[in-house]
Amino acid sequence: MAAPAPSTELAIDVAGVSKRFGDKTVVDGIDLQVRRGEIYGFLGPNGSGKTTFIRMLCGLLTPDAGRGTCLGFDLLREQTAIKPHVGYMTQRFSYYEDLSIRENLDFIARVYGVPERRAAVQRSLERLGLANRSHQLAGQLSGGWKQRLALAACLIHSPQLLLLDEPTAGVDPKARRDFWDQIHQLAAEGLTVLITTHYMDEAERCHRLAYLAYGRLLTRGTVPEVIAAARLTTWIVAGPQLRVIADALRGRAGVEQVVAFGNTLHVSGRDAVRLDAAIAAVRDADHTWTRGTASLEDVFIGLMDATRDNFA
Amino acid sequence: MSRFALHRLWAIVLKEFIQMRRDRVTFGMMVGIPLMQLTLFGFAINSDPRHLPTALRLADHGPYARALVAALERSEYFTIVREAETEAEAAALLQRGDVQFVVNIPEDFTRRLLRGERPTVLLEADASDPAATGPAVAAARTLTATLFDRDLKGPLTRLRGQPGPVDFQVHAHYNPENITQYNVVPGLMGVVLTMTMVVITALAITRERERGTMENLLATPVRPTEVMIGKIVPYIVVGYIQMTLILIAARFLFRVPLEGSLVLVYGVSFLFIAANLAVGITFSTLAKNQLQAVQMAFFFFLPSILLSGFMFPFRGMPEWAQWIGSGLPLTHYLRIVRGVLLKGSGLTDIAPELWPLLLFLAVALLVGVKRYRRTLD
Repeated sequence: MAAPAPSTELAIDVAGVSKRFGDKTVVDGIDLQVRRGEIYGFLGPNGSGKTTFIRMLCGLLTPDAGRGTCLGFDLLREQTAIKPHVGYMTQRFSYYEDLSIRENLDFIARVYGVPERRAAVQRSLERLGLANRSHQLAGQLSGGWKQRLALAACLIHSPQLLLLDEPTAGVDPKARRDFWDQIHQLAAEGLTVLITTHYMDEAERCHRLAYLAYGRLLTRGTVPEVIAAARLTTWIVAGPQLRVIADALRGRAGVEQVVAFGNTLHVSGRDAVRLDAAIAAVRDADHTWTRGTASLEDVFIGLMDATRDNFA
Repeated sequence: MSRFALHRLWAIVLKEFIQMRRDRVTFGMMVGIPLMQLTLFGFAINSDPRHLPTALRLADHGPYARALVAALERSEYFTIVREAETEAEAAALLQRGDVQFVVNIPEDFTRRLLRGERPTVLLEADASDPAATGPAVAAARTLTATLFDRDLKGPLTRLRGQPGPVDFQVHAHYNPENITQYNVVPGLMGVVLTMTMVVITALAITRERERGTMENLLATPVRPTEVMIGKIVPYIVVGYIQMTLILIAARFLFRVPLEGSLVLVYGVSFLFIAANLAVGITFSTLAKNQLQAVQMAFFFFLPSILLSGFMFPFRGMPEWAQWIGSGLPLTHYLRIVRGVLLKGSGLTDIAPELWPLLLFLAVALLVGVKRYRRTLD
C-alpha cells in the first residue's frame, strides 16, 4: 500500500516553480501555499499556465526549476508517492466513454487499490445520484452527468487533495450549484481543493484566490484582500444610451477600463483623483452615477489588461 | 511503495477486455482477418500451378505422337485447349496470352523416332512469369525420357531412353507431393498474428491519448509496465484464439499433417505473440494519432510478409535482405512452426530460432516502456 502522506499544515507549499516547453515559459516562478481544508481558486485567462501548474502538482509533469511539496511529498523526487493521495479532474472528460459508469468507477477503484471496492463503488454511485444509471455508458451521458461521474471517480480513493481543472465548464447553473455545495461539504470534512475557473461567482465561493497570467502569479488572497490590493476605484453608471457614455469615457486620463455589465457601465481606474476628474467631465443628469467599490471581475479585467501591456 | 502491483495490472486487463468486447469493428477484424487470409492464401495461392492452357501444333498423327500428347496431359501440368495450324497462329496465341505453352510435334516425328534419330519436340513457353512455367517445364523434361519404353519392344528396344551414367535419386522429405498449402497454412499463423497483433496494439495507447484518457491514467498510480503488460495480456488470449482457428483449419480443411508437438507450438507462440504486441505498443507510444499508428504497423508488416520466407524462399534473397529478414520475429517463427508442424522438430531443433525471438521481445518491451514514460513531459 502507498505510504501515508506526512501530516503538514500546508497541503501545497511551492516556491519558484517553473516549467518550459521548448523556449516558451509556461509557468514562471510561482510561489503558492495552500492550507489543508481550504478551497483555493485559480483564475486567469486561457493559456496562462493553470493546467500546467496543476499537472506539476499531481506528478504528471516535472518542474524545470523551483522546489516544493505537495501533501508533504517532494514535487521533484516523490511524484509517485503523491499520486495515490490526489484526485485529479481533467479539463476534458477523460474517463472511458465505452465503459459504463460502474465499470469506470470499478476501474479507478481497482487502480488505486481501494479496500472493499464493491461497497466503495456503490457508496460513490449513491452519493452522486448515479446509482440507477450505473449501467449506462459514460459516452452517452450529458455534460453535467459526465462531470458528476468524473468527480465521483476522482473521489473514490478518498484523496486528501482534489485538483479540479475547470470542472464546471459547460455545466448548467443548477448542476454547478450542486457541485459547489458538494465541494464545500468535502472541504468541511478536511479535503483540500484547488480549482480553476473562469466564473466570478465561483471565484467568490473560494476561501482564497490566485490570479495567473502569462505563467506568473499576479495576485492572491481572500476576495476582499484581492480587491483591496488592486486599489481600484469604480464608478457605476446606469441609464439610457450607455454606449455613448462609454465612448466618451474611453481614452480619458485616469479611465483604465469601461465595461458593460448588463444595464450598467463599470468605469474603473487605479488613480481615484484622475478618474473622478474624468467622470466629472462626462457626467450628466440623464444617468445615475454611483461611486462604489470594484467587483472581483473589475479587478481581474484590470489585471488582464495590465499584464497584456507588460508582457505581450 | 510497491513497484509493481497485480491489482493495478488486473484493473487494466479487465478494462481492456470490456473495451475489446464493446468495439465491434476491431473484434470483427480479429476474427475476420484470419478467416480471410485462410481463404486467400489457403485456397487461392498455389506455387505449383497445374492445368496450364497449352496449344498443340501437331503435324504427325501417328500413335507415338498421340502418346506423347496424352502423357503431357496426364502429367496434369498441361491442358490442351487449342490446336494451332501454323507457326504464326501458335505465336499469336502465346503473344495474346491465350495459352501458356505451345507444343510443336513435327511431321517426321514417328519416322525419325523409329530410325533412332532423336526427333525434336519443341515446347514454347510464355516464361514472363517464371514461377508459372518452371514446374511444368521440369515435368515435361523428365516425362519424355521414359515415355516410349513400353511401346518400344523387340528390335526397337535399343531406342529406349538410355539411363545416365549416374543414378540420381531424389527423396523429397516432409512434403513429397509439393503441396503449397502444407507450407502456406502453418506460415499463415505467423502472418495473421503479425498483422492483427501489431495493428491492434499500435492503436491501444494512441487511442488513450487521442480520447484524452491518457492524462487520467498517468495521474493514477499505474506504472508504465503495468499499462504495457495489462494491454498485452488480453491480446495474447486473442492471438491464441486466432492460432487455434488456423490450426483447426490446417488439420481438417487442408489436411496438413501435423507431425510435431502442438504443446511446443503453443508454448513458442507465446514468445512470438508477445513480441508482436510489444512492437505494437512501441508504435503506439511513438504515433501521434491512430492513423499514424496504423501506418507504422504497415511499415512493419510489409517487410515481415515479404522478407520472412513466407511469400518467397528465404535463401533466394540477397544477403542484405536476409539480414533484414533475420531481424524480424516472423522469420524465426515461421521456421519454428514449419519445423514443428511439418518436420516434427523438437525443442532442441528449434532452439537456434528461439533466442532471436527472445531478444526481439526484450528490446521491443524496453523501447516501449522507455517511450511511455515520456508521454506527457
